Amino acid sequence: MTRRPGFLVYGLLTAFLIGSAAPLYWSFLLGSHTKEIAAQGVPPLLPGGHFWSNAERAIATIPFWKALGNSLLVSTVTACSVVFFCTLAGYAFAKLRFRGRGPLLVFVIATMAVPTQLGVVPLFILMSEFGWTGTLTSVIIPWLVTAFGVFFMRQYLVDAVPDELVEAARMDGCSQIRIFWHVAAPAARPAAAILWLFTFMQVWTDFFWPLIALPNSNPTIQVALNQLQSGFFKDYSLVLAGTTLATIPLLVLFVLAGRQLVSGIMQGAVKG
Amino acid sequence: MSNSTASRGGGTQTVPPTREGSPTASGPAGRAPRPEWRQRLTRLDVRLSPYLYISPFFLLFLVVGMFPLAYTAWVSVHEWSLIGGKGEFVGLDNFREVLGNPYFTKQLVNTISIFLLSSVPQIVIAVVLAALLDNQLRGRTFWRMSILLPFVVSPVAIAIIFGSLYGDRYGLINELLGHVGIDPIGWHTERFASHVAVATMVNWRWTGYNALILLAAMQAVPRELYESAAIDGAGRVRQFASITLPMIRPTMIFVVITSTIGGLQIFAEPRLFDETNARNGGSDRQFGTITMLIYDFGWQLRDLGRASATAWLLFVVICVFGIANFLLIRRVGALGGER
Repeated sequence: MTRRPGFLVYGLLTAFLIGSAAPLYWSFLLGSHTKEIAAQGVPPLLPGGHFWSNAERAIATIPFWKALGNSLLVSTVTACSVVFFCTLAGYAFAKLRFRGRGPLLVFVIATMAVPTQLGVVPLFILMSEFGWTGTLTSVIIPWLVTAFGVFFMRQYLVDAVPDELVEAARMDGCSQIRIFWHVAAPAARPAAAILWLFTFMQVWTDFFWPLIALPNSNPTIQVALNQLQSGFFKDYSLVLAGTTLATIPLLVLFVLAGRQLVSGIMQGAVKG
Repeated sequence: MSNSTASRGGGTQTVPPTREGSPTASGPAGRAPRPEWRQRLTRLDVRLSPYLYISPFFLLFLVVGMFPLAYTAWVSVHEWSLIGGKGEFVGLDNFREVLGNPYFTKQLVNTISIFLLSSVPQIVIAVVLAALLDNQLRGRTFWRMSILLPFVVSPVAIAIIFGSLYGDRYGLINELLGHVGIDPIGWHTERFASHVAVATMVNWRWTGYNALILLAAMQAVPRELYESAAIDGAGRVRQFASITLPMIRPTMIFVVITSTIGGLQIFAEPRLFDETNARNGGSDRQFGTITMLIYDFGWQLRDLGRASATAWLLFVVICVFGIANFLLIRRVGALGGER
């Protein structure tokens, strides 16, 4: 409904904005006051000057830098792998003709509705068999290529690459992989960027499987936060300083690429 | 040849040199390549490449998706220890034990209660929010980004932050309630209150995300529909009820189904909301969920057999709710369309 919105609309949106930001501010606020002030409930509404000293204590309590490095590594590797394999598969589903294309695509879509988290027990047994439990490999492998990614890239490439271009390249004797690399891959770039962001975020925020697969000595950042909370649950200044610190990387990503995230969600919705 | 292909960017320019260039590249120097052989190779390339490109997904899904789901059934009918591995075949004993466990019923009810408290208000608010954003706003991107902010905060961090906001004694929420004359609520100790608290975390993270999906669907509604409805004298609310809602029904189904699958597997939020050392969802598991029970059976009690049985039961619950939701939304949408 396109009408010039009034104060009511802006007022309500502002309320939502405050609601979105307030818990993050609260986290920073308590994290910036001393342990004593944080323990007594609602602190002064302006930040205190103790954020860094609290953060240093948090960093000393858990293997913070190692966890951050692990999360960065796992998220980056997975995101790159997902983008590569999903673009390849999405391109095949969108532009190449082969037997069983339709049913196979339906199968891919159907797997999105399968709650694979429920397979954690065998997945754990499998990873133990390979000797991967406790290593980052165990949290990277299950995510290397996703159904959502394949579908997302397929939807994008259907329109983004003209059939004539693929056909012309083929007539000229171009091999399939070169057509992919020189025709489809450049066209896929905008969608690939969005898929990369999403996968990175998903892997970064994942908790259930890393908690099972990784030991406390080699955690991702989420598993490390879990340790922080369990050890010092009364000292909210320390816990929230650590939590705030651990949230900063994704906040930075949000500031840099939030626009792409928004358009990615909206694109995925219309076509999905 | 390699120089001309090195200039990337356009697809078509790079194609012609290949024809002349490839013989020298593929065959040993001096020998002319046999055309049949090349033709056969090309045909093979055209026929097999698609399968090659899609195979990584299917291979991986087979290993980390399909096999584990099926194998869960195998584990669930055995005695199976986390440390010792497979034991005797026990038939349906694990299922019987899980179903007879009082915590199973309790945590199943908790899961459903938290799910309803998080999904119903979330969808309603997301629709309202999407309708607000579906205006000619100044600073469109800013407002859209603002509601997506919670989405980048991990469930673990959210649970820690809200655990503090909902502190039973010193939390901000109880403090604010005190100002309007409401006694402090035991957000961690009281069963229903704790469900509300956990549901709030889910709502906080996902409402904006779902609002954007619904907004995209709303913007795809042809504007002429509203114009003609306005000419017919339909008010804003009426237009929304009889045009917008029916038109975004497929998207609603999508949102509801995905939130069902995710919502019933909730784990991080209730686990980290718990401040007791057992981490099982409160001292009496008043907000423990089924996925937490899987973790408890498998990795705290080290009984993978019972963990697998629980996983299968949760799978059944998810299927039932998924189908029920689908039918419900279809009904509701259809009613809206007839009016």
